[in-house]
Amino acid sequence: MTTTLDAPAPAAPQPRHRAAGRLTWLLKQRETGIAVAFIALLVVTTAVNPNFLFSTDGWRDLTLTPAILVCLAIGQAMVIITRNVDLSVGSTLGLTAYLAGRLFLDTGLPVILVVLIAVAAGAVLGLINGALVAFAKVPALVITLGTLYVYRGIMLEWAGSDRINASDIPPGLLDFGTGSFLFIPNLAWISFALLAVAIYLMRSTRVGREFYAIGSDPDAATLYGLRDKRRVLQAFATSGALAGLAGILYVSRYGTISSGVGQGIELEAVGAAVVGGVAIFGGSGTVLGAALGAYLLTTINRALPVLGIPDFWQQAVVGALIIGAIVLDRYFARRQHDKLLAEREES
Amino acid sequence: MPDTPAALELRDVAKSFGPVRALRSGSLRVEAGSIHALVGENGAGKSTLVKIVAGLYRRDAGDYLLAGEQVDFRNTADAKQAGVAVIYQEPTLFPDLSVTENIFMGRQPTNRWGRIDRAAMRTEVVELFARLGVPIEPDRPTEGLSIADQQLIEIAKALSLDAKVLIMDEPTAALSGNEVDRLMSVARTLRDQGCAVVFISHRFDEVFALCDTITVMRDGGYISTDPISAVTEDQIVQRLVGREVSDLYPKLEATVGKPLLEVKGLTRTGLFQDISLTVREGEIVGLAGLVGAGRSEVAQAIFGVDPYESGEVTLEGRQVPAGDPRRAIEMGLAFVPEDRRQHGLVLDAPISRNITLPTSGRLARTGLISTGIENRSAADWAARLEVKAATLDTLAGTLSGGNQQKVVLAKWLSTRPKVLIIDEPTRGIDVGTKSEVHRLLSTLAQQGLGILMISSELPEVLGMADRVIVLSEGHQTAELSREDATPEAVMRAATAHHSTTLNVSEAS
Repeated sequence: MTTTLDAPAPAAPQPRHRAAGRLTWLLKQRETGIAVAFIALLVVTTAVNPNFLFSTDGWRDLTLTPAILVCLAIGQAMVIITRNVDLSVGSTLGLTAYLAGRLFLDTGLPVILVVLIAVAAGAVLGLINGALVAFAKVPALVITLGTLYVYRGIMLEWAGSDRINASDIPPGLLDFGTGSFLFIPNLAWISFALLAVAIYLMRSTRVGREFYAIGSDPDAATLYGLRDKRRVLQAFATSGALAGLAGILYVSRYGTISSGVGQGIELEAVGAAVVGGVAIFGGSGTVLGAALGAYLLTTINRALPVLGIPDFWQQAVVGALIIGAIVLDRYFARRQHDKLLAEREES
Repeated sequence: MPDTPAALELRDVAKSFGPVRALRSGSLRVEAGSIHALVGENGAGKSTLVKIVAGLYRRDAGDYLLAGEQVDFRNTADAKQAGVAVIYQEPTLFPDLSVTENIFMGRQPTNRWGRIDRAAMRTEVVELFARLGVPIEPDRPTEGLSIADQQLIEIAKALSLDAKVLIMDEPTAALSGNEVDRLMSVARTLRDQGCAVVFISHRFDEVFALCDTITVMRDGGYISTDPISAVTEDQIVQRLVGREVSDLYPKLEATVGKPLLEVKGLTRTGLFQDISLTVREGEIVGLAGLVGAGRSEVAQAIFGVDPYESGEVTLEGRQVPAGDPRRAIEMGLAFVPEDRRQHGLVLDAPISRNITLPTSGRLARTGLISTGIENRSAADWAARLEVKAATLDTLAGTLSGGNQQKVVLAKWLSTRPKVLIIDEPTRGIDVGTKSEVHRLLSTLAQQGLGILMISSELPEVLGMADRVIVLSEGHQTAELSREDATPEAVMRAATAHHSTTLNVSEAS
């Protein structure tokens, strides 16, 4: 028996035919499907009412309306990929928005400092979630459901029946929130920039890849010696910070802050991630998909009235979309699994 | 003692889990540039020892030295950093991630800005696979890869780590002949490069063909270390067993009656193929095989927890519907799963509630269950099985492994089953309590219960079973009567590739 390993090595897998390979790869991506659905929706709705896209407002709303949700969906996707969930982002958004409003009202702090404080406050609220999940070992669903009420409660206690109005907000921030640059709203630019950073982080850095690893198999992550607690903390802190930023974006866009700000938006963020192909049990999906999911959900909400669908059905359509996305996911996962098993049986 | 320190040395290492002493006194000395066999029965403490070396467990006592230096690893990353790589029998990889990512996870090459250099990773992986002579596509996800391929990924990982100590925990258990040869040649190459290799295996032909030194463990303790040329297979087997099989396994004579459970041609693609077996009154049928052979999957399919594609299950001639455990219980099947903490017990409920759970419908005459009724019904069973606990209100989670198992048994026996399927009846139970569980099973069989027992512990199967059915890679490779079921025969069938069907001696 030979003990050397100099046996002829099997040929390294050939790079696929470039163009054709790229195309099939692209067609197989979940993101492509969402993008196609989104474009189809735009085309159909615009055909019914050209103003949906070809008007100043229509064009602006296309990227402005989803901007805040995109922010939250990015953070949500990161958390879900680590096999957790963050239901507290709506309350975090509300609390940081109110905090920012109070700071404008009660202190003369410069806008940029208030922004940083709001983001930091969001990160701290996220860290609390993360610490409870990582160290107390209580499922994230329970923890963040709890903090959803706690954070909202703090805000209610603090704000009472107070309401912060546009007149209390520095005009510069309001101008920024409604302004645009190169025909694209400023808030949309911010969401694009965040998305670009998040895509890079999740695709090309150790932190991002370890998020995927931890969500894919937590036991294997332990065996690999990954610092899973730290990573979970980071994911929740990022989600919290993004919710804090979303709070500021909310202030800059709408100006008024009442105690109900952000209520229910956490479910939209989870919905966007799921529709965008982020597996609810972690380990797969992308932040780009989640952002596209956010675009699809918000645009459907705007399109359905244009298409003459009664109010009553609009919620149901969104629900059907979420369920459909999950069913589709299970189906594809199952088929992939069976295919891989069958390949193995043959070899 | 030689002057040069050993690459890996353990002295009197101990580890307990609650009341269970998994390792009493483990000692191992492995020189650089050698392949060291570590052998012992299941439960001898090898795996615990390996996990201590890997940094997964921390030892309670004893010394752990690497190249003469005392070490104390807090986690697996520390151990890896120090050059210790472990290949487990069932590799744990990230199914969603690519082969390349799995090899480099946690230590990807990055540039100044923290960007992962994917091209460099891929190049190294292609190189590693070429060195190993394996055609695995680096970009595919690891989901769906065979265990052999997954192990090769683990080995590639160890190679890329430049491991100084490589531990292979039963790496060949699930491999075919070619794959074993390939693995052995890889191990030799690593040895020649100065690596200290620890090879754990139940297959003596491999141990004697490959290793330079051999250490025997038994019942959590160290027995002996010898150069492989100085010992014979028989001597090793003697040291391995070290006690009379009959002491631990009080098998009572039972009259085998009419067939109760009959399974014909049970198949689920990828998991098990064409499984046929019969369990008769008063008979204990052992279902043997290596981990991953599909034994638990078969049991779960019979009971209806998992689906199957074709085949038939009957109990006393009546068909047991697929995928309906409730109906299976009504018909007289009971199933004690392998992981009793997860599937068999409600840990934060009292003993009485646990025992009466499956019969609560019958107990609740008025639609309400009173603690009184529960306790009365449970007391009877708890007494018969000698559950050792202060009161029936004691929470199940606080009991020892053996007593938990008795509670699970009591729970199922209260449904008055005709056939009991029990998966790994004594896993994680200390030696003393083990024989109590065995006596219990034997008594039950004597009273006419048919028992299908899955066990990874060969002596348990041989000591308890009237008949042994062996699975290998989801195929039934042998059916042996009690007389024919020698350790060698069972092991041969368990490691057989399914195309080579062994002589099947039909039990009458």
